Amino acid sequence: MAVIFQKTKGLTDCETHYCPGCTHGIVHRLVAECLEELGVLGKTVGVCPVGCAVMAYDYFNCDMVEAPHGRAPAVATGIKRVQPGNVVFTYQGDGDLAAIGTAETIHAATRGENITVIFINNAIYGMTGGQMAPTTLPGQVTQTTPYGRDTGYSGFPVKVCELLQNVDGVAFAERTAVNTVAHIRQAKAAIKKAFTCQLEGRGFSIVEVLSTCPTNWGMTPVEALGWVEEKMIPYYPLGNFADRDVHRKPEGENV
Amino acid sequence: MILNMLVAGFGGQGVLFMGKVAAKTAMLEERFVSWLPSYGPEMRGGTANCAVCIDDKEISCPLITRPETLVVLNTPSFERFTDAVKPGGRVFVDSSLVDKKTDRTDIDAFYIPSTGLAEENGLKGLGNIVMLGQVLRQTAFTGLETLVQSMKECVPASKAFLQEANERALRLGFSYCAVQA
Amino acid sequence: MSQKYLMKGNEALAEAAIRAHCRHFFGYPITPQTEVAAYMAKRMPKIGGTYLQAESEVAAINMVLGAASAGARAMTSSSSPGISLKTEGISYIAASDLPALIINVMRGGPGLGGIQPSQSDYWQATRAPGHGDAQLLVYAPSSVQEMVDLVIRAFETGEKYRCPAMLLADGMLGQMMEPVSFPDEIALPASKPWALTGTGEKRRPNIINSLYLTPSQLEEIVRKRFERYELIKQNEVLWDSYRLEDAEYMVVAYGATARICKAAVEIAREMGVKAGLFRPVTLWPYPTSQLAECAKKVSRILCVEMSMGQMVDDVRLAVNGTCPVSFYGRTGGIVPTPEEIAQQITALAAAKA
Repeated sequence: MAVIFQKTKGLTDCETHYCPGCTHGIVHRLVAECLEELGVLGKTVGVCPVGCAVMAYDYFNCDMVEAPHGRAPAVATGIKRVQPGNVVFTYQGDGDLAAIGTAETIHAATRGENITVIFINNAIYGMTGGQMAPTTLPGQVTQTTPYGRDTGYSGFPVKVCELLQNVDGVAFAERTAVNTVAHIRQAKAAIKKAFTCQLEGRGFSIVEVLSTCPTNWGMTPVEALGWVEEKMIPYYPLGNFADRDVHRKPEGENV
Repeated sequence: MILNMLVAGFGGQGVLFMGKVAAKTAMLEERFVSWLPSYGPEMRGGTANCAVCIDDKEISCPLITRPETLVVLNTPSFERFTDAVKPGGRVFVDSSLVDKKTDRTDIDAFYIPSTGLAEENGLKGLGNIVMLGQVLRQTAFTGLETLVQSMKECVPASKAFLQEANERALRLGFSYCAVQA
Repeated sequence: MSQKYLMKGNEALAEAAIRAHCRHFFGYPITPQTEVAAYMAKRMPKIGGTYLQAESEVAAINMVLGAASAGARAMTSSSSPGISLKTEGISYIAASDLPALIINVMRGGPGLGGIQPSQSDYWQATRAPGHGDAQLLVYAPSSVQEMVDLVIRAFETGEKYRCPAMLLADGMLGQMMEPVSFPDEIALPASKPWALTGTGEKRRPNIINSLYLTPSQLEEIVRKRFERYELIKQNEVLWDSYRLEDAEYMVVAYGATARICKAAVEIAREMGVKAGLFRPVTLWPYPTSQLAECAKKVSRILCVEMSMGQMVDDVRLAVNGTCPVSFYGRTGGIVPTPEEIAQQITALAAAKA
């Protein structure tokens, strides 16, 4: 029988623990497919965050390490400096990347660290049960902003791609979403481009993925996909924010 | 102990360097040695001192609280350390910079205008080395040629042009006849 | 082993690490350990190594975690307040069974404290180097030569047992110059089949992790780790003594303080008091049984530290009430003098008589 479609080699057979309707699974698959299609699965090391994707080491079919909360870019830096020829990526949520790990993110970016960061922005803390994230939208109700996020009190959401756009070490930054088939295809293209950027030794690459959290948003999966379109995308516009060469030394040469 | 010396002055006077040149002789002679600086947040201009111990047996404690040999290159150090010198010990005072004399009669005091001597001989800034020459003369903790060699090894390649002046300063200090108080 | 160099403790330990094949150093400047970073910054690029100045101590220790998980012999160095920031990473490194070297050139604390020598991080190093049930190998050099020897040993022992190691020094040792020599040849690290090098699509993925959500699984893993700790306690204890053979009074001190205590022992003996010194070289594992054995032959023990009294806990635990233990300490960056310690020893003798 002809095989028309099969699961990517980039994922293990382990069943994920994600909630119904959560888009982590889609992003995992996109990352895994890109690694397989680029033929680099065997030389990839991934870094897991703290957050819902904390157990991603069970799902990605490559060497994986679990980092302390927010420190994934620093851990990835250590790995990449030891093995400049390997592909190193982090997979981080908004609390991990844009709150506790802001310094690690910004400085890995300023160094033009030749790693790829997959950034899941779902505007909420999923794993701890729905508290305000640095990316929670103005007015958004969460467990810790029960009356809606008051920007005069809790401040404004962090726009990561806009922030990193101005960092010289960033070679590639793109914001995508996975709420429609078209967006999923664009997201995959961006992820592949980010990894290609790393393979070319161009510097820090990041793909922000607007993602859903139906459980903590209190919505059905379908409603959640709509909320991304109606609420998130207007605040976090999709598109490319950086695509340039930050002039790093060629791969394999010690830095 | 062959040498138990505390050198004290302002940062920038070459206090630590002087101690290092003395310490390095022990390396050349395969003796035991320790060099311990005091340090503050200021790299230059503050007070600085270093303790040098040279012995034929292992140095148990690198800290010197009661020096046998004290070198003071400024007045605050004179005031702070002279009373600590062990009875029977000696103090070397840069009399170009320190206008004081000790009342102690149980130690030998040498007043050497080392900064002035250096300047008069076109060796500005090498008062510390002039003083080291005199310390050698009075203590004979090593040989003059060993000290010259040690200095060569302590001067970085980028400052090799200072070597000739350093050596002259050392010999100048060594041959200076101090009037003992 | 013949060639001798006159080097500062901080520089000697950096050179020792390089000779021990360490090629990855991640740091953040802090007084009084900055010479370590400066030395590495100068040397590493010339030998194909990595010196990277991180954005914080937190990032630096996590870079070490990454490099160690990739199989490298990696290290970082800092001083007390910086070590507090690293404790998060140290806990994860210990929990991930990774070897790595952490240098602490201690300064006075707590808080920002001062920049003069201190030994007030003993509890932190031996009791709580991070959260959770975990230990670090802790080595306490008391000479520049030991800075060299123990750096090499810390790397090798850490890799043997897959656990992080700390060199607990202080500003006095770091800044001091003494003659040192380096071993002619240091063995290359053994292969690390667990390292994250990429599967090459030839093996199952290696996973380095510290998360175990099933209590029974976590308990089993911690228990297994503690079985290794037991082996460490049996095999890796180091200690030294000075004039203890006929001593009636035993001083217990480590690191730079032990050097000062040696001089104090000599002064006390000149005054007719038979004193000797017991010096733990490993602070974890602590030379508990060795100290207990030595305590049987003396009538009084004096523990001396540059702290308000931290190691004295371990001395009392080791002696277990069989011999009176007193404590003398200076803190805040004050280095005690041999004379003041000798006075403490002779006072003990006088109290007994």
